[in-house]
Amino acid sequence: MATEITLEVARYRPGVDSEPVMQSYQVPLREHWAILDGLTYVKDHLDGTLSFRWSCRMGICGSCGMTVNGEPQLSCATFLTDYAPGPIRVEPLHNFPVVRDLVVDIDDFMTKLPKVKPWVVREVQSPVEEGEYLQTPEELDEYQQFSMCINCMLCYSACPVYSLEPDFLGPAAIALAQRYNLDSRDEGADERRDVLSSPEGVWACTFVGECSAVCPKGVDPAGAIQRYKLTAATQSIKELLMPRISRRLNSRSQG
Amino acid sequence: MSVYQRPVHLLWWLERRAYVLFVLRELSSVFVAWFVVFLLLLVNAVSDGTASYQRFLDWSGQWWVVAINVVAMLFVLLHVVTWFGLAPRAMAIKVRGRRVPAQQIVAAHYLAWLVLSAAVAWLVLR
Amino acid sequence: MADYHDVVVVGGGGAGLRAAIAVAETNPALRVAVISKVYPMRSHTVSAEGGAAAVAAPDDTLDEHAYDTVSGSDWLCDQDAVEAFVAEAPRELLRLEHWGCPWSRQPDGKIAVRAFGGMKKKRTWFAADRTGFHLLHTLFQTALSYSDIVRYDEWYVTKILVDDGRAYGVVAIELATGRIETITANAVILCTGGCGRVFPFTTNANIKTGDGMALAYRAGAPLKDMEFVQYHPTGLPFTGILITEAARAEGGWLLNKDGYRYLQDYDLGTPTPEPVLRNMELGPRDRLSQAFVHEMEKGNTIDTPYGPIVNLDLRHLGAKLIDLKLPFVRELCSKYQNIDPVTELVPVRPVVHYMMGGVHTDIRGATPLEGLYAAGEVACVSINGANRLGSNSLPECLVFGNRAGRAAAVFAARYHREVPSSIVAQGRDEARRLAAELGRRVEGHQRIADIRTEMQATMENGAGIYRDGDSLTKAAHELAELRLRFRHAGIDDHSTNFNTELIAWLELGFMLDVAECIIDSAALREESRGAHQRTDFPARDDERFLAHSLVRRQPDGSSRVGYLPVTITRWPPGERIYGR
Repeated sequence: MATEITLEVARYRPGVDSEPVMQSYQVPLREHWAILDGLTYVKDHLDGTLSFRWSCRMGICGSCGMTVNGEPQLSCATFLTDYAPGPIRVEPLHNFPVVRDLVVDIDDFMTKLPKVKPWVVREVQSPVEEGEYLQTPEELDEYQQFSMCINCMLCYSACPVYSLEPDFLGPAAIALAQRYNLDSRDEGADERRDVLSSPEGVWACTFVGECSAVCPKGVDPAGAIQRYKLTAATQSIKELLMPRISRRLNSRSQG
Repeated sequence: MSVYQRPVHLLWWLERRAYVLFVLRELSSVFVAWFVVFLLLLVNAVSDGTASYQRFLDWSGQWWVVAINVVAMLFVLLHVVTWFGLAPRAMAIKVRGRRVPAQQIVAAHYLAWLVLSAAVAWLVLR
Repeated sequence: MADYHDVVVVGGGGAGLRAAIAVAETNPALRVAVISKVYPMRSHTVSAEGGAAAVAAPDDTLDEHAYDTVSGSDWLCDQDAVEAFVAEAPRELLRLEHWGCPWSRQPDGKIAVRAFGGMKKKRTWFAADRTGFHLLHTLFQTALSYSDIVRYDEWYVTKILVDDGRAYGVVAIELATGRIETITANAVILCTGGCGRVFPFTTNANIKTGDGMALAYRAGAPLKDMEFVQYHPTGLPFTGILITEAARAEGGWLLNKDGYRYLQDYDLGTPTPEPVLRNMELGPRDRLSQAFVHEMEKGNTIDTPYGPIVNLDLRHLGAKLIDLKLPFVRELCSKYQNIDPVTELVPVRPVVHYMMGGVHTDIRGATPLEGLYAAGEVACVSINGANRLGSNSLPECLVFGNRAGRAAAVFAARYHREVPSSIVAQGRDEARRLAAELGRRVEGHQRIADIRTEMQATMENGAGIYRDGDSLTKAAHELAELRLRFRHAGIDDHSTNFNTELIAWLELGFMLDVAECIIDSAALREESRGAHQRTDFPARDDERFLAHSLVRRQPDGSSRVGYLPVTITRWPPGERIYGR
C-alpha cells in the first residue's frame, strides 16, 4: 500500500475567489484514517488556512458533511483506504451556499425546521408529577427511525428537487415532522398539515429517493414523505366525501 | 459576506446514476401518454369499421411505429421496475403488529402485476 | 454595537438549552439568548450513550441513589447538592419524556431502566445507546417552540465582561463573518461543557476545549476540584470513541490477554455469568481504569500500534440483544474498528472522558462572581466529587441547567437594563485585541497544532490515571514553557470568514489555562481519592483533604490553590465497597 494519498480539496475564499479552486495536499494513507483525519492533518501540518466543520468524529453530531468524490458523506465516517490509490476529491455539500472552503450555510434549513413544529404538541400537558405518558415498544417503533436524524444535511445535498426549488421544505424537516406525527404522545398532526401539504411540502417531492440512499443513519426521509403523501391524500378524499364525519373523526383522533 | 452559489447546469441529472434513472422515469410519462393516444386511435379505428381498422393495423405495422412502441414499452417497464422498487418506502403495512418486510411488499407488487397481466391475456386470447 | 439580553446562556448543549427554557418559563418577559460555537444540536451532549440516572423503580429510593453517588464520589461531593440532585432528577427526566424524548420502554409502556456502574439499583433511563443524542435533539426541538429564545449559532465567546465584581455579558465572534460583538446581559450562564481535549486521548469532541472554565477563571471565578479527571475504562484504541458502560451493564466482560476477567483481582468482587450491581464490570469508572494500569504493569494487556488494550467481550449477549439495546456500539465497532461485537472481541483502553471539576458554583448554579452562573460539565456543584458515576451527568445537566436558569432569571429581573460605560469600553478593547492578534500573528513561528500536541502529551504524562509529585512538577515546567511558545504562535489565516485557525488559537489559550489549573490542583492534593491517584500518597487523607480545591487566578496570571470544606449531611466518610 502506498504511504500517501492525494486530497484534492475545494478552496473558496470569499472576497478573493469568485468560485472555488481545487488545491492538492498529500496526506498519510493509514488504516483507520477517515477523510476527516486527512483534513485535520492538512490543517495541523500543511495549511492552517483550510476551513471545515467537525466535532464528534463518531458520526453523531452531524457537523462534517462534505462531498467526497461526488457523493455526500460524513467525512468522519468515510475512510481514506476505501479510496486508495486516490486522488480523493473533497468539496463542500452541494445545494448550499458556500461560506468558506468546505463550510456551507445551512440557515435555510434552520429557518424551515421550526415551521413543521418538530416538538410535542398537546392540547393538555399533564403535569410531570402524574408520571410518564405510556408508550409501548411497538408505539415507539412507529416513529423511532425518523427520530434518528442528525441534521447532517446530506439528504438536502443529494436532493435534486431542493437544488431546483429552494423553497422545498426538504427531506430532513419533513421526516422530523413525521417523527412527531407518528409519536403516540403527540396531537399536533393537524397543526403541521398546512405546511406539510403545501406545494413546498411533500407534494414538491418527486420521489428521487436519493435522500434515503445517502442518509448515514438510515432515517429514510423519502419513505416519510411518501407515507405522508398517502396520509394527506386519504384525508383530503375523506373530507371531500364526508366532510362532517371526517372532521369530527379527525378532531377526536388528534385531540 | 459573499457566498458562492454553485450553479445548476442543464445536465445536472447526469451527475449521479440515481438522477439519470429518475429523469428517465419522469420521461416515461411521455410514453405512457403515447400509449393512451395509441389506444384512442385504435378505439377510433375500430368504431369506424373494418376498413378503418385494417388501415390502423397497416399503419401500426410500419417499422417506425413498431420502434416507437418498443421504446415506449421499455420506458414503461423501467417505470414499473423503479416504482415497485420504491413502493415499500411509501407503504408501512402491518400484519399482526409487525411491519411487513420491504422485499415482501415488492414481491406482492410483482405478483399483482403478473396476475393482472395474466387476466388481461386470458380475456384477450381466450 | 452592542446587543442586550437579560440572560445570556453560553453553550447550547443539554445544560444550556435546559437553562434557556428554564429562563423562558420562569419569566417570559425576560429576553434570553443562547450563544454557541456550534449549532446547538451539534453540542457534545449528542455523544452521550448509556443513559441518565433517576429513581424510577418501586424498589428504589432517593437515599440509595444519593448513597451510590456519595460513595462513588469518594465522599468528595457536597451531600446537600446530591440530595437535591437525586430528588429532582426523576422530574427532569419525566419532563424530557413529556417533551418527546424517545426513552426505551417496558412492554407495558412504562419507562425502562438498566443497570450502570456503581449503582446499587437499576435506575438508568436510556434511549437505546443513543441517550445523549435523543436528549439533545428533544431539548433542541423543544427549544424551537420557544420563539423568544434568541440564538447566536456559531458564535464564539472570547471574554466575560466584568465590572466591580459583577458579570455584565460577553464578547463574541460570529464565525461566518468575523464580526465581533459585545453582548451585554444582567446574567450569564456558562454551559460550555468539559475540556477533554486538553489530553491526547479522549472521548470528547473537538469542541471540548474548556472554554467556559477558562472564561470564568479569567473573569475571576474560582475553579473547583480540577485535579479530578475521569478516565472511562472503555474507549476504542485509535479514535478514543466511547464504548458505553451500558455494554457492561447489559452483561459485557472485560478480559485481559489470557481471556481472564481480571477485575476480580482488584477488590471488585467475583465474576458471575450474569451482571451483578456494584460488582466486577459494574464497578465505578475510576477503579476500573486503575485496574487496567495494574494489568498493563503485570504484562497482561495486549500491545497494539495504538497502545495497550484489553478486550470487551459482548459475544455471549447475542445479536438480538445487541441490536435492541446497543445498536450504536455495533455501528461504531463496525465503522471505526472493522469488527462485529456479535462475533468478535472489542479492543478497549481507558480514555479521558469527563471533568469532575469545573467552575465553582453553589447549589443554585451561582458562581462567586455575581451575575455569573454555570451548569453541566463546565460547573462543579459538586455532585461528582472525586469520581462521577456513569449516567449521572445527563440528569446533572438537566437538574442544574434548570436550577441555574431559574436563579439567573430571578437575578436578572432584579436589575434594570443598564450597562456601565466601562463594560462598553471593555468590549471595544477586546474587539481591538482580537483584530490585532489576527494581524500580528503573521510572523508567528510556532504552529498551534505542535503546541497543542505537546500540551496533551504533557498532561497525559504528568496527570494521567496515576500521578506523583515528580510527574506533576515536570508537567508544570513544561506547561510554563509551552505558554512562552504560545506567545509566538502563528496564525496563517487572516481572513474574517469562518476563520477556524483563529478559533483554534483562542481555544489553545483557554486549554493552557485549564491545563495549568489541573496540574496545580493535582500537585497540592497529597492524597489519593477517586480519580486522583498519587503513587507518592497512595491513601485517602480525610484529615487534610476532605475538602474541595479551589484554584483562583492571581493578578499576575499565576494560579493559587485554596480549599473549601465538603458539605456532609447524612453519610459520614466511609470505605468504598464494591463487589462484597
